[in-house]
Amino acid sequence: MKMEKAILASITTLDNKVQGSAAVFKCETKEEMEAVAANLEAILDGIAHRLSDQLYIIVKH
Amino acid sequence: MNEYTYPIMFGIIAGTVLRVFMMRTDYRQYPTYLHGKIIHLSLGFIAAALGTIAIPSIMEKEFTAVTFLTLAASQFREVRNMERNTLAEMDSYELVPRGNTYIEGIAVAFESRNYLVIFTSFIVTLCYLAVNMWAALGAAAACFVLSSILMSGSKLGDIVTIEQRELTFDGAGLYVDNIYIMNIGLPERQDEILRYGMGFILTPKSFNIRSTIANLGQRQAILHDVSVTLGVFRDSGTPALVPLIKRDLNDGRIGVFILPQEKDPARAREVIANVPVLENAIQKPGKRSG
Repeated sequence: MKMEKAILASITTLDNKVQGSAAVFKCETKEEMEAVAANLEAILDGIAHRLSDQLYIIVKH
Repeated sequence: MNEYTYPIMFGIIAGTVLRVFMMRTDYRQYPTYLHGKIIHLSLGFIAAALGTIAIPSIMEKEFTAVTFLTLAASQFREVRNMERNTLAEMDSYELVPRGNTYIEGIAVAFESRNYLVIFTSFIVTLCYLAVNMWAALGAAAACFVLSSILMSGSKLGDIVTIEQRELTFDGAGLYVDNIYIMNIGLPERQDEILRYGMGFILTPKSFNIRSTIANLGQRQAILHDVSVTLGVFRDSGTPALVPLIKRDLNDGRIGVFILPQEKDPARAREVIANVPVLENAIQKPGKRSG
């Protein structure tokens, strides 16, 4: 199956703003969030997009 | 040996040589391999033979023999299919694909080259039989010149002005000049992009050209050619590092973001200027009939 334009994961330091069917990774600090996003980008073959300073999403294009 | 032997040989040789002359392996990397070349040379030879033999057939009042030219036409349409399939199949393994429009352009070129060969052999043999060998030589030379004119399309440098612009980040958004390219989240990716990336702005020289460079196939062709010539800083599994072209909706300019292996702005500009304008991308909205 080929997925197009799907949010594979969200990485956030916010407590209760992100929900949904994609995996949500809650992080303590900005550095942790960036490290998780970088790892997930490589693992999932997606692109890490920054929506705000507290929220990254990994999108498969 | 009969009266037609030399004219036929002359026509076939002229056609085959023309096919060899039109087969140039360049940065487009196609056809590079020996077997691919043999296929095209053989088909060129067959085309030359078909074009040549039509003339003696007519002279011998065998008019039905001309109908096999239609057979040739369907045969060469098959060549186009073959090229399209091969290239489309391989395209998924390119780091920066050619895109279907480019592939179609290449396939059409391969088909039409065979028709040019038929045409050349036809004319050359006709001149040989109707006048003499010197006339045939003259006709062959004229056909070579005509073919080289017909086979050279225009280049991107003829229709747009190319300027280099700095890449900038506004938050996570990557911009070339004022054209938004994409959202790059991770700081280390942003650093890589600023270090390796280059940005160019292509401004159309007239209204008709706006839609030509807006064509997604034409844009992909630019990216492919630049990546093939200058290398590309990316690998499979790094979708964030992807060369992209986006359009300024206000005035039709396009912003080209590339990630070459060697950062040489003058060479990149030259490569972009030499990208062929794809036949299928050309539109003339300013031209109306009636």
